[in-house]
Amino acid sequence: MAEIHAPGLAHHFDSYQQQKEAAFFGMWVFLATEVLFFGGLFCAYLVYRSANPEAFAAGSRELDIVLGAINTAVLIGSSLTMALAVHAAQVGKRKMIAAWMGATILLGGTFLGIKVVEYSHKIHEGHFPGPNFVWHGPEVNVEMFFNVYFLMTGLHALHMIIGIGIMLVLIPLAWKGRFTPESHNYVEGFGLYWHFVDIVWIFLFPLLYLLDVG
Amino acid sequence: MSEHITPIRTYLLIFFALMILTVVTVAVAMVDLGALNDVVAMGIAIFKASLVVLFFMHVKKSRLMTKITVVASAFWLLILFGLTLSDYVTRGFL
Repeated sequence: MAEIHAPGLAHHFDSYQQQKEAAFFGMWVFLATEVLFFGGLFCAYLVYRSANPEAFAAGSRELDIVLGAINTAVLIGSSLTMALAVHAAQVGKRKMIAAWMGATILLGGTFLGIKVVEYSHKIHEGHFPGPNFVWHGPEVNVEMFFNVYFLMTGLHALHMIIGIGIMLVLIPLAWKGRFTPESHNYVEGFGLYWHFVDIVWIFLFPLLYLLDVG
Repeated sequence: MSEHITPIRTYLLIFFALMILTVVTVAVAMVDLGALNDVVAMGIAIFKASLVVLFFMHVKKSRLMTKITVVASAFWLLILFGLTLSDYVTRGFL
């Protein structure tokens, strides 16, 4: 036990490089499972939309394009601040890591706040699937659109809540100088997760909000 | 092997490209192109996702192992879509 490790290098790795490659490969394999996790819902979207095209178009018209577009911009902005946090880690600016992650939390929180406004509006209108679902239009099966809408955006929002929780753990670590230019896999690995969540929304926005607006 | 550090300038350029493409997506959706609307929307979304993967997620400068994993994710997703649709699309054929 007297063996001395380099700071931030776990004893079962030979070098920072090897540690980093192992961490990133693991992270990318995890993201591959996430692609298929969301992929199942995208598949459901595809099947139910092709079976109920009018219902999906009608349901989509109920969504607020302005709020959806603002949220898309907010989330892309949070990807930028996260990328800048990773950059700060690479060049060893510990306070900037914490600051950019703080900005990422603010933008992520803004996204979730707008989502809450959208959800409560939809629930008040009786568009939440279940026994209280209300639809006055001539289209049938519009409930299927809202099933898919709430499931996909809900799973996406859950990922953002988890991401914000992880950042709340990482920020104090960054502030204390835990991450160095040689060893900051938590920050960079988390960055991959956050960008993945951004990518999911990049597909959700046109598929849910922009059907049949023309 | 030294670590490649993406310059901040690149991140800003990608950010502005993603913002412009978001505006383009909304603008194109306002024009009725029929079935083409979906094709254009998904084309832009795939392009935006590629920018995020290549630059924000550093895949452009990553090892071959990472690139293979990314391509494998997309490939498995296509299997999921392909096999599911091979059922639903062909149900009317009988």
